[in-house]
This record gives sequence, structure tokens and C-alpha cells, in this order.
Amino acid sequence: MSAQESVVSISGLGKVFPKGGVTALENIDLGVQPGEFISLIGPSGCGKSTLLRIIGDLTQPTSGEVLVNGKPAPQARLDRDYGIVFQAAVLFDWRTVAKNIALPLELLKWDRAKRDARVSEMLDLVELNDFGSHYPWQLSGGMQQRVSIARALSFSPALLLMDEPFGALDEMTRERLNLELLSIWAETKSTVIFVTHSISEAVFLSTRVVVMSPRPGRIAGVVEIALAQPRGVRTREEPRFFELVTEVREMLHAVETEAELPE
Amino acid sequence: MSTLAVAESGGGVGRASGFARTWLPAALVFGIGLLCWQWIFPDVLGVKPFLLPRLSDVLSALWENRDALKTAAWITFKEAFGGLILGSGIAILAALVLARWRPLGNALIPYLIAANAIPVIAFAPITNAWFGTLSPWSKIVIAAALCFFPVLVNTLRGLTSVHPSSIELMHAYACPQRTIFWKLRIPAAMPYLFTALKIAAVLAMIGAVVGDYFGGSTESLGVQIQSAVALSRYELGWAAIVVASVIGSVLYGAVALAERFVIRWHPSVRAVD
Repeated sequence: MSAQESVVSISGLGKVFPKGGVTALENIDLGVQPGEFISLIGPSGCGKSTLLRIIGDLTQPTSGEVLVNGKPAPQARLDRDYGIVFQAAVLFDWRTVAKNIALPLELLKWDRAKRDARVSEMLDLVELNDFGSHYPWQLSGGMQQRVSIARALSFSPALLLMDEPFGALDEMTRERLNLELLSIWAETKSTVIFVTHSISEAVFLSTRVVVMSPRPGRIAGVVEIALAQPRGVRTREEPRFFELVTEVREMLHAVETEAELPE
Repeated sequence: MSTLAVAESGGGVGRASGFARTWLPAALVFGIGLLCWQWIFPDVLGVKPFLLPRLSDVLSALWENRDALKTAAWITFKEAFGGLILGSGIAILAALVLARWRPLGNALIPYLIAANAIPVIAFAPITNAWFGTLSPWSKIVIAAALCFFPVLVNTLRGLTSVHPSSIELMHAYACPQRTIFWKLRIPAAMPYLFTALKIAAVLAMIGAVVGDYFGGSTESLGVQIQSAVALSRYELGWAAIVVASVIGSVLYGAVALAERFVIRWHPSVRAVD
């Protein structure tokens, strides 16, 4: 695959934290094609969040190269090529839901009418039509995270980076938001890189699951998730779903046992 | 308890009684205070008029000298208000500069904190020498200097204690520092700023009155208090103190009102709504 057609192309990437010289990532090679949904999964300390942050140019790598839309990551950030969703919703308390969603659009200097039209589209997309004039603190955690997703997608970035976005939510809310995210993904045809701790979440959402090993963080394996699209509540009950969950789980176990062995 | 009362009495009556229940204790204490001042202290405890004149005497002194007190109030109010605006204004600008250029902040903040320990009031005779005893500026500068530190320190804290994820979000959108200030740091600092301004409103009044004590326009409130007491006209002195308290409360109330309007989103304000 060439760098031109990949949304993200990572080669020989490494990251050593200057503090204590900990190697967070080593020899990472990964290509992400347009429209893919990639999950990064692995035990704590495997560097999955660090990898996501390097792709988003929020952390600098010590070696290797990251291209986003064929450009170095810093240039891609300056070109506003991606939207980002953190574990916390990171909404601004002084802005209403609608104004929070409009934040990136304001920064891109969209005019008022265009902004308002897009915000109401986004409210529609995350099913919060009646909440545009509410303040973040008037919403539940799940609703806040939907606002955060709407904000990240409001300017139709080519790439959506999500760092454990549903990690702080209860299981029921999480499963509902998984479904919602899939339908948003299908509708917007965006490319997603998604960091998670949850095996079933990774398998349910992704087209590929990237399993990472800790200390140093490496890619231990990639599992193709060939489950039919669109996926729904039933997908989680298919035998193929369980097989894939088992495959990812076994890969993770292997990685963790290996990490626990003395060197 | 109050919700129970609303449920029992129901409708508009319930709301009225809820309101009464909220304010009744405070009103009761106020009434008892006035009662003590008027009768208990002078009649029961035998407090002498030069220690604390009877409430009605203070009120009649207030009425009889209303013109002089009105002039005095206006002069001292201008000093306090000028000091509040000047001191807070410079402090806000300084906080913005120190938050924007961190190395400068790191170099200066220890000294600013140390300077905070200086008893500013001690400078009152010196500002008189600088600006002239009768000039309002000598008092405005004292009031401004008193306001400066709490506003600076609080605003700076507000501007710099923004959640790192919020900064990263703005960074992800490739925002320049200026935009991060306008869209994130300044709104986030508003609750801190208003806390500081409420403190400053009270300090400005103290600065103005004490500044007057060290010599000021003979018509100012501080000089009125001083000369009334010197002439053993205690009820007039107390009347002027009442006026000073009212001005202080009005300044504080104005800031508190602005706060409720500007940061409607903040927990401290929305709990009241």
C-alpha cells in the first residue's frame, strides 16, 4: 500500500520517554486505509494511547515516521485533518451543547448560517436535537460523550481519533453508544482509530483489531474482523463474533504471559 | 424541610412560605441586632453613648447631616471605585501577560507573592506626599494597591489551572495561543476573577476610608468620621460608618450581581437558580 492512498501510514515508529528512558513504543508499522475502523487494544503500558497521540501530533515520536493523508503528522494537525475524542468529554462548561459542537467550526471561521446548519445536522446525528441549548452539566455522561463525538465530526475530518471514549461509562450506555458510533461511522464514511480496553467493544466496532504488547509497546498481531456490515444488536450473538473475541483474547493472554516472564 | 412546606401548603402560598423560610432566620437576626443596638445595649447593659450611641440617635444624626454625608459618600465612593477599577484593571492585564509568557511569570511571581505581604496601608502617608494630601489620587492609589494582589493572584490561577485535555483539544484544532486565551483560558478564569473582585470591592472601600484618615478632602467620609469622633459627636461618626458600610455593600453587591450574570454556567451560581 502506498502512502498516498493510506489515511495513516506509520513506519519504524519508536518512542522513548526522556524521563527514565522508558521505551513506550518500538518498531511500529501500520497502514490505515480510508473508511477503516481500527481498534488499538492491549494491556496498560503497551503504548496504545501514546501511539494515538503521536498520530494526532500531541506527542512527538523519537524515531520513525507518521504520515496522515500523505503529510507529516504536524502538518496534518495544522491542516485540521482529524477530530479527536478523549476519555473525558472535555466540553466547555460556559458553552451550550450547540456552541460546544460549533467550536471547531468557529475556529475554521465558518459563517454563522453555515455553522448553525451543521450544528443542527450534528445534533440530529447524535440524537440530541432537543438539547442544543442545554449546558454540559445538565447532561448525563453518555450524552456528554455524544456531544464530544459530534464536535469531533462537525467539520468532517478525514480521520477520527478516539482515546477510550466510552471507558468511563456504564456497560449499557457503552453498548448503546457503540451502536450509535457504528451508524455514524457508516453515515459519515470517516476513518476511525479507536483505543480501548474492551475486547468485545474492539471486535464489535472494528474492521481490524491491532493487538499490542507492553514494555516495549509493539504490535503483537492484527485480527481482521470480517463480520458483516451493518452490524447491530444481533452481531454480538453470532458464533463468528465469539470466535473473533476468543482470538483477540488469546492473543492478549499470550502477550501478557510473555510480558510477565523474566528476561 | 422547605420542600415539605411547599408540598403541604401548595401553589403560590407554598412558594411564598419557602421564600420566607429561606430569609426569615437572617431577617430575625437583623431585627435582634437592631433591637440590641436601640434598647438592650444602652438601657439594659448601660453601654455609654461614646462607646456606642443609641440606634435612633445615629439615625437622626444621619438625617440631620444628610447633605454633608451625601457629599462625603460621593467623594469616598469615587476614591474606592476608582481604586477598584484601576487596581483590578492593572492586575488583570498583568495576569494575562504573566500567563501568556510563563518564563516572565516564573521570574516575577515569587516577588509578587512576597510583595503581597507588604502592609499597603502603611504607604498612605507616602502616597499623600506623592500625589498631594487633598488629591483623590493618593487614596485611589492606596485602594488600587490593596485590590491589585488578590485580583492578580486569583486571575493568574484561573488562567493557568485549565484542564490539560482542554488545552490538547485546542492544540488538536491547531489554535494559536491567542485563540486558546480567548476561547478557553479567559472564560475558565472568570469564576476566579469574580471571587477576587468581591474581595477587592471590600478592600477598595477600606483603602479609601483609611486613606482619608491620613488626610484628605475635609468633605470625605474618612475625614468626617475622624473629625466627628474628635469633637465627641459619636452619633455622627457612627452615621458616617453606616454610610461607608452601605457603600461597601453596594460595591460588593454590584460585583456579585455581575457575577451571577456573567458566569451563569458556574456551579457556585447555578446552585442558586
